[in-house]
Amino acid sequence: MAVKVIIPTPLRPYAGKQESVEFDARTVGEALSRLTTRYEELRKHLYTDEGRIRSFVNVYLNDQDIRYLQKENTQIKDGDTISIVPSIAGGTRS
Amino acid sequence: MAAKLEPLTSHPVGLKLSKEEILRYSRHLIMPEVGMEGQLKLKQAKVLLVGTGGLGAPLGLYLAAAGVGRLGLVDFDVVDFTNLQRQVTFATSDVGRPKLEAARERLAGLNPEIQIDTHETKLTSANALEILREYDIIVDGTDNFPTRYLVNDACVLLGKPNVYGSIFRFEGQATVFGYPDGPCYRCLYPEPPPPGLVPSCAEGGVLGVLPGIVGAIQAMETIKLILGRGDLLVGRLLLFDALAMRFRELKLRKNPACPACGDHRTITKLIDYEEFCGIRGEEAPAPAVQVPEITPRELKARLDRGEEIFILDVREPHEYQICNLRGHLIPLGELPRRAHELDSSREIVAHCRSGKRSAEAVEFLRKAGFRKIWNLKGGILAWADEVDPSLPKY
Repeated sequence: MAVKVIIPTPLRPYAGKQESVEFDARTVGEALSRLTTRYEELRKHLYTDEGRIRSFVNVYLNDQDIRYLQKENTQIKDGDTISIVPSIAGGTRS
Repeated sequence: MAAKLEPLTSHPVGLKLSKEEILRYSRHLIMPEVGMEGQLKLKQAKVLLVGTGGLGAPLGLYLAAAGVGRLGLVDFDVVDFTNLQRQVTFATSDVGRPKLEAARERLAGLNPEIQIDTHETKLTSANALEILREYDIIVDGTDNFPTRYLVNDACVLLGKPNVYGSIFRFEGQATVFGYPDGPCYRCLYPEPPPPGLVPSCAEGGVLGVLPGIVGAIQAMETIKLILGRGDLLVGRLLLFDALAMRFRELKLRKNPACPACGDHRTITKLIDYEEFCGIRGEEAPAPAVQVPEITPRELKARLDRGEEIFILDVREPHEYQICNLRGHLIPLGELPRRAHELDSSREIVAHCRSGKRSAEAVEFLRKAGFRKIWNLKGGILAWADEVDPSLPKY
């Protein structure tokens, strides 16, 4: 299934400065695994050393948080969009 | 999910608008969605703005102009030149003045009918509950993770809505946390990123208009909360990409396992947020790595003696254009694959803007076998302070 992964601004430096990347994958986990295989540096920003998705990074399939779906086993449909949404703190002085 | 609305302020009895106020707010009063009832709710409302910078600027201006009766401001900073690119509350003549003094003057000049409270302090676990307690709605316009978690937890403990906005470069996020039955910040992000993974100053910066847009969205949500009108950004995270000029919306859920607002909450009082975020404080960030250093004065003296020292600049090309020491430019991120451009038999001094990235570069190169390499202490900023005051600082 073709899926588009949207890379947020703070992580673009670790993903070849791409705004989004397309993959063929069956699950969200598979798509993220392809992403971090292509962009090795991104891995430590997305996953803990134990291989869990970091708690300040949320992953959405379309507009749904995968924590409330089947997490990384969430199935993908053709044309779906995965968003990686990290916490950003900027506001006043940045 | 559209949140069910319950106006936060009860219908004001006995409160009236003066003739001047009626004229001032006439464009609100002739709208049925606001009207006299709505304007009186605004007049009765008490809103606290945490941070009077980029997001705080449109927030303060629009909420004061709209007639929010009592506006609290929390900040402890002084206006500097780099603020003026986006913090439109301030004038060039305000540089060097406390932000709160300048903001109070500006907002009172815009609307003398409202009360402005200034809290010139850093919001801490010791004072947050006391300060926030006085207000109906808290608006978070801060710039750091410890204060964001502090504001969130204090709002949850006090049962107050937290109008959230955050920006990075050209991307913004906005939502309303802490609304009855809605999610809080910790439902979304239980923990902050460890300091090492926060984007460094190389990737920092913000397009000046962006906080204007995100802050204006926060101001709009604040006014809707007061009026009890429309669909709030509760349970919805608004993402804004200014370069693509695209808004997207993601669903937020209240996390039953949330440590702050979940069924078995573990956060029942405020904690040490700097420790929680793994930092000792914004003013004195611990150096990421310990490496051999050279001060700008020592380097200048050695160069003046004619010593051949290779200057390695690990900043980004756009920073090199602002100012440079005519060093060899290899951005930190490209160092692993471009290290072969360097001669390990030569003496090398690495620098960046303030010394953090170049410390990482020195650490990396020492591991790669470089022995005669030093980090320029304080970076090109310290060079400008100690050696060459004609160099622009950024």
